[in-house]
Amino acid sequence: MLGFECVFAQGGVLTEMAEKNPDLVVLSQDLGPLRPFAKRFPDRFFDVGISEANLIGVAAGLAHAGKLPFVLAMASFVSMRAFEQLRTDCGYNRNHIVILAPCSGLEAGHWGPTHHAVEDLALLRMIPGMTVLCPADPAETTRAVVAAAEVEGPVYVRIGYLLPIGGYTEEFEIGRAPVMREGSEVAIMATGASVAQAIAAHELLKKEGISARVLNMHTIKPIDREAIEAAAAEIGRILTVEEHFIDGGLGGAVAEVLAESGTGRLLRLGLRDEFVVDVAVYPEILKLAGLDAASIATAARSLVI
Amino acid sequence: MSDSTLVRALEERATTLRKHLLTMASGGRSIHLGGSSSIAEIMATLFFHALEVEGGDRPRDHFILSKGHAVHALHACLAELGKVDPSEFTTLARPGTRLAGHPSLKAPLVEFATGSLGHGLSVGIGIALAEQLDGLPSKTVVLMGDGELQEGSVWEAALCAPRFGLANLLAIVDRNGLQAAAHVDDLLPLEPLEEKWQSFRWNTRVIDGHDVRAILGALEQFPAREGPTVLIADTVKGKGFPSVEGRRRAHFTTLAEGEIEEALAALEAD
Repeated sequence: MLGFECVFAQGGVLTEMAEKNPDLVVLSQDLGPLRPFAKRFPDRFFDVGISEANLIGVAAGLAHAGKLPFVLAMASFVSMRAFEQLRTDCGYNRNHIVILAPCSGLEAGHWGPTHHAVEDLALLRMIPGMTVLCPADPAETTRAVVAAAEVEGPVYVRIGYLLPIGGYTEEFEIGRAPVMREGSEVAIMATGASVAQAIAAHELLKKEGISARVLNMHTIKPIDREAIEAAAAEIGRILTVEEHFIDGGLGGAVAEVLAESGTGRLLRLGLRDEFVVDVAVYPEILKLAGLDAASIATAARSLVI
Repeated sequence: MSDSTLVRALEERATTLRKHLLTMASGGRSIHLGGSSSIAEIMATLFFHALEVEGGDRPRDHFILSKGHAVHALHACLAELGKVDPSEFTTLARPGTRLAGHPSLKAPLVEFATGSLGHGLSVGIGIALAEQLDGLPSKTVVLMGDGELQEGSVWEAALCAPRFGLANLLAIVDRNGLQAAAHVDDLLPLEPLEEKWQSFRWNTRVIDGHDVRAILGALEQFPAREGPTVLIADTVKGKGFPSVEGRRRAHFTTLAEGEIEEALAALEAD
């Protein structure tokens, strides 16, 4: 499911939430009306046009005056063009807005690096008071949306190309990483769309007799320090996987924890200081970028053997 | 209060605000004096007549100082409202001060922390939109500098506001003609400024920003029947401080003893 579709699939839950909370409003930037919300609450849906800085400033003002704005905005543009508004108007001024950001990671595929959002986690993670979520499948996105309404301060929900993960219904607790597959020889910590690839890698590795634990790092900030330290203590070998530069995102966050605790061996899988100019449609681009299940399995193997 | 009594009271208040600025800029302390003094009459009229800035947890009216470096005029108003003691002015830049060099949420009555230019108008739109949604009669005022209008985000906001009605939103441009490095007209001209705002579908008005009667008259026209209003206020940077008035140096400076005496004499003569 495209990130866009996944965002628009939240129209139902947001409408339900808005029935109970008269202060809930939705802002968009030329992404089209959120159905059925815009029809049910036409006076609470605002499209400000293609203007990210203004979008986040307006959302901050709404929150300041007591509203709960959900903001639909493309990941690459909102995280970079509106970064200072996110930092100053939302972080520093402590305004609770929730951004639903589709087209994240490499989802934009052949649209190219202008549309790849592969530094947003690093940027957003820097902002004091910001919560950064990155759900792994469409149903978890809905659970993240519900959880995001309850926290204090701004929330960034990064939404990629997500397929339903069969049988996965675990409760969403911000800052706690669910174990998706048990394993003992290597811990694969993945986030967002990479979780499904990591589960597929787990199956590939199993056939070779390699036991891989898969963790769903759906919260990048606050990072689940306990789960990381437990994996380091119990398994020792950790592989992070993300559609993001390896610096500053999930891999960076995990490296910081491990460096401070002085445990574990880490390999970070992601983009290595180069834009992805050899493009293809998603998910084919994952092969080119070395982030598909086979590439993850290869990296995991290199840690174990 | 009769019109002329009100005008005189607000003029006196503006002079008192400038005397507070004088204290802040003495003792070797450098402040953004020019842009703080250019808005003295505007701030006096807003805080001591036009706006209901105190109203419990949520002020009835909203004020965003988008040109955050003019914070000293805001601190002077806070002193006049009894929210800070003038003795606190000397804590400026000292450890633990509530009176930072840009509006901080640590200071009383400050609604929104600003400092980086070009943020306030969008925030003002959000606040005005919320009040409009709730059907509240409150006003939202955003005070910007003319140099600030070089920020692109201001024009994103200018384009956006009329789209949502927002007759309850007032932008004030302190057109003192100087930015940090040069005259605005020499560095990156904004003119014709009123026509720009008109073409963005705002109600516009140009006034002498040091003429309290003119400010009052313009504020009476707000809210307009429809759409947001911008007030372009022609002012002098460093107004009331003879040694820096209209000069580049006014932007960020301290005042020497002789300059303080001269300014005090000029303010007393007002």
